[in-house]
Amino acid sequence: MSKTKQASGAVRAGNGRPDLAFGAKWEYAPAPESRKLVKIEKEYGHFIGGKFVKPAKGGYFDTIDPSTEERLARVAKGTKEDVDKAVRAARGAFEKHWSKTSPKERGKALYRIARLVQERSRELAVLESIDGGKPIRESRDIDVPLVAQHFFYYAGWADKLAYAFPGRSVRALGVAGQIVPWNFPLLMAAWKIAPALATGNTVVLKPAETTPLTALLLAQIIQDADLPPGVVNIVTGDGSTGAALVSHQGIDKIAFTGSTEVGKLIQRSAKTRHLTLELGGKAANIVFEDAPLDQAVEGIVDAIYFNQGHVCCAGSRLLVQESVHDEVVRKLEHRIQSLRVGDPLDKNTDVGAINSKMQLDKICELVECGVSEGAVLHKGRQPLPSKGYFFPPSYFTGVAQSHRIAQEEIFGPVLSVMTFRTPAEAIEKANNTPYGLSAGVWTDKGSKIFKMLGELRAGVVWANTFNRFDPASPFGGYKESGYGREGGKHGLAPYLEVV
Amino acid sequence: MSRLAVSKTYKLYIGGKFVRSESGRAMERLDKQGRFIANSCHASRKDLRDAVKAARNAFDDWRGRTPYNRAQVLYRAAEMLEARYSEFESLLSREAGLGRDAARTEVQAAVDRLVYYCGWADKFGALFGSVNPVSAAYFDFSVPEPMGVVGVVADEGTALIGLVSQVAPVIVSGNACVAVASDKYPLTALEFGEVLATSDLPGGVVNLLTGQKAELVPHMARHMDVNAMDYRDEALDREVIELGTENLKRLRLSQKRPRAWWLSEKAQGPEQIEAFVEIKTVWHPIGV
Amino acid sequence: MARPSLASLLSPGAFDRPVDQVGADERAAKFTKRSIKASAKEQGLRMVVAMTDLTTLEGKDSQGKVRQMCAKAVRPDPNDPTVPSVAAVCVYPALVKTAKQALVGSGVSVASVATSFPSGQTALDERVEEVERAVADGADEIDMVINRRAFMQGAYETVYEEIVAVKRSCGGAHLKTILETGELETYDNVRRASHIAMEAGSDFIKTSTGKVTPAATMPVTLVMLEAIREHYMDTGRRVGMKPAGGIRAAKLALHYLVMVKETLGDDWLTPRLFRFGASTLLNDVLMQLAKQRTGNYQSGDYFTLD
Repeated sequence: MSKTKQASGAVRAGNGRPDLAFGAKWEYAPAPESRKLVKIEKEYGHFIGGKFVKPAKGGYFDTIDPSTEERLARVAKGTKEDVDKAVRAARGAFEKHWSKTSPKERGKALYRIARLVQERSRELAVLESIDGGKPIRESRDIDVPLVAQHFFYYAGWADKLAYAFPGRSVRALGVAGQIVPWNFPLLMAAWKIAPALATGNTVVLKPAETTPLTALLLAQIIQDADLPPGVVNIVTGDGSTGAALVSHQGIDKIAFTGSTEVGKLIQRSAKTRHLTLELGGKAANIVFEDAPLDQAVEGIVDAIYFNQGHVCCAGSRLLVQESVHDEVVRKLEHRIQSLRVGDPLDKNTDVGAINSKMQLDKICELVECGVSEGAVLHKGRQPLPSKGYFFPPSYFTGVAQSHRIAQEEIFGPVLSVMTFRTPAEAIEKANNTPYGLSAGVWTDKGSKIFKMLGELRAGVVWANTFNRFDPASPFGGYKESGYGREGGKHGLAPYLEVV
Repeated sequence: MSRLAVSKTYKLYIGGKFVRSESGRAMERLDKQGRFIANSCHASRKDLRDAVKAARNAFDDWRGRTPYNRAQVLYRAAEMLEARYSEFESLLSREAGLGRDAARTEVQAAVDRLVYYCGWADKFGALFGSVNPVSAAYFDFSVPEPMGVVGVVADEGTALIGLVSQVAPVIVSGNACVAVASDKYPLTALEFGEVLATSDLPGGVVNLLTGQKAELVPHMARHMDVNAMDYRDEALDREVIELGTENLKRLRLSQKRPRAWWLSEKAQGPEQIEAFVEIKTVWHPIGV
Repeated sequence: MARPSLASLLSPGAFDRPVDQVGADERAAKFTKRSIKASAKEQGLRMVVAMTDLTTLEGKDSQGKVRQMCAKAVRPDPNDPTVPSVAAVCVYPALVKTAKQALVGSGVSVASVATSFPSGQTALDERVEEVERAVADGADEIDMVINRRAFMQGAYETVYEEIVAVKRSCGGAHLKTILETGELETYDNVRRASHIAMEAGSDFIKTSTGKVTPAATMPVTLVMLEAIREHYMDTGRRVGMKPAGGIRAAKLALHYLVMVKETLGDDWLTPRLFRFGASTLLNDVLMQLAKQRTGNYQSGDYFTLD
């Protein structure tokens, strides 16, 4: 660990150069959001056919609060029987109700969901932070508002599909099996459910094992919205539950967000050829010397420390032009010190809890690997809570393309900083990965932006910004980051077939 | 004895050149009556490897061409096919056993299909692209981009129209392509290669292999530098999925279609182009 | 003082570093998401009072008005003697003597706007003379305006030379240089003007005269704080910051302090390096402090208007 350096904090740089002190002169008092806003049941069943039902055979598993390691609830573990029941319910609802519901009415049902989400937004945000560990500032200001907006956006498409496919006529596929990850549990559920319903499909959704609670609250909202029973079904469980869903004969469409490894298993085992896979990434965030550097540093922070770095499109490889490397790193070093790590429910927390023990172990393993490979680790000095899973915002300098930390997705708040000299080298390094989900470019020169974005092999390119999302904007990957798009007009096609 | 005709040697089309299989293997092609027509090369996995390499090398140049230029190249291909009309007619009748009318119909349909896709080159982007009205101070747009190297496995049931209908929408967007011809009709496919070779198509954008699909397709599916595959024979679906998933290839698998379907306008459409493009979304702030 | 070469202004990373407007706006908005409660709120509000330049800049300003304001400056809340005095009062040059007399022994400084405030559209020697007179009358701090005519014409060297001249005429008084950011319009201009002002020797840089809308905004202040940070990292000299105009609510003032803390760190959380140019802000802060103390929401009737 001799190569590990602590971030310099309030300590003045030893060489006598000026430095800034981010200390405790004016400490913010704790500002926790109340947990009392949400009522968590002791036990949750599956949501099938419009009702919460006990699991057919399997038992229950615990979902815990990663910031306290305490159990929140017991949740039904879905088996083949549960999945089968849910698929049948979805099939029945498709044939009896949803395919006969007029597009206009489908749209109105989605508008209702959007409104109910807005009304219960605070509750949803608190529950999301409790179950998943993300800071309340993000669940409140980003996740939940985007959930409502996503339903609102796709609601409007329901009776306008013909305009999205001029000259072609389209029809719904039938029953969509949807598997969502733990990093944006409710937002990913919305990304999946909203376009599926708008296009006339019915749904069986499987939330992630560690974060099932907000999807189950969404189920209540769907009940309140008075959707026909079975249009949305939710089966909780682990990987085996997901596998049962993927290999079910009655599924007409699979939409999956998660790891590339599991994505490949799904492509191999799915019974349907209608697949949308949104998988891993190792995005390059490229900073040129002519960039607006202060905003670029903020973009770097948004790119890698947003949601503890549990973001498939995170800008985890910083490619910075050698001439401004030191300046950018210095600014980043300063910026990291005012990131607050801790209680996800504290309104001033910037970096919350790592989602699970397993994920924390994985982050630690890759970080150790980076150190042993010779990169220099700069670890945030923030005090970490004594309980719960936490990792401070960190970055590596002196990283080479051949290091594991430059190739593998860490999925945590750890950035790898590399340098380049020319645009051609930046492009070459940025594209030198099996992934292709996102990329960032920072430069003040318009023509350079267009050149770069034409060359970057990635589904989303953020120029002079990073990690921005909007329901109107298509999102998805190139290469091993998956295929199919979610969001925008392009998000409709994966749920329809041309007839 | 009357004059002895000089008959053509049919070779693989790789990187803009006509080459023999590195394996030295060839297959005898006979007509329906069992008369010898010609030998065709029996491509090996190394030929496939060379073809993918040629396609990868050609990709950057081809995708960088202007849409107008790609359109003109496809139009030129249509011109050259029309000009070699009688050769194709005779080859289709000898190799595929088509009657004169059927042969003519197929060549005409193939010419028209090239013209059809040529017209899409500078339009599909406007159809698949979009300006996305995001609710923040950003300009946000999405554009289609070619996927890279696309493996095309030609329809087994037709000699010309299937191959042309599959290759044209793949390359019109800027992809490079490695096509494996029908097992039964390699000569027509290679003859089409000669059309492409004289159409200002940069070498390597389309590479044509003949031989045994059962031998070549698995190697294509497992090749890590092939980004997508178009396979419509059904027979090898499971194998293509299993192997093609290794690098998460975009797999366009569909049911077998009869010759009449390929000849009809059902076989063409912008969705054929859409199947082999990626959508890239770009965000940029709006400010002063 | 030694004059830095113009070449030093042109080093990349300072003078010409672009600012992305949307990025700066979004960063500034993030500071407003901080939740400042309980002890942090109390401490923050007291800092705001101590950092206030209580200001009157009206055509009808009189000796009576200024004397009354000075009383308020020294003891902002008669009901709560623990509330500190403000940092300074800010008046026109003609009223410097009046303010100075009213504040004798109080520790509150007298600041005066000079240099043909607010437009600055007179000859340099007239402006210098005005500064000299205000300093002679007892001003501790001079708030000058930059020559925006020269700035817009691209005559950056003129802008710079004039600040150097004014700084020289300040003697021992501190110089706060007003960029009038509302007229500069773009953040690129704000950043450039900030660097010119700092290189020319300003002790503070200040957003606005209050006579042009928009006056101080959080993103404009952020851009200036970032320029200050750059200047400090390059030269080791700490320049102060004064947003002025438009900051009327205590909550907004706390957001500014959050921005200072998270951009420049602890060292700038002092009236020596950060000021609010304000008048109505003070009573809102006092009302919030009383709310913290008593638990009751407050009425304006209980706070003095001087």
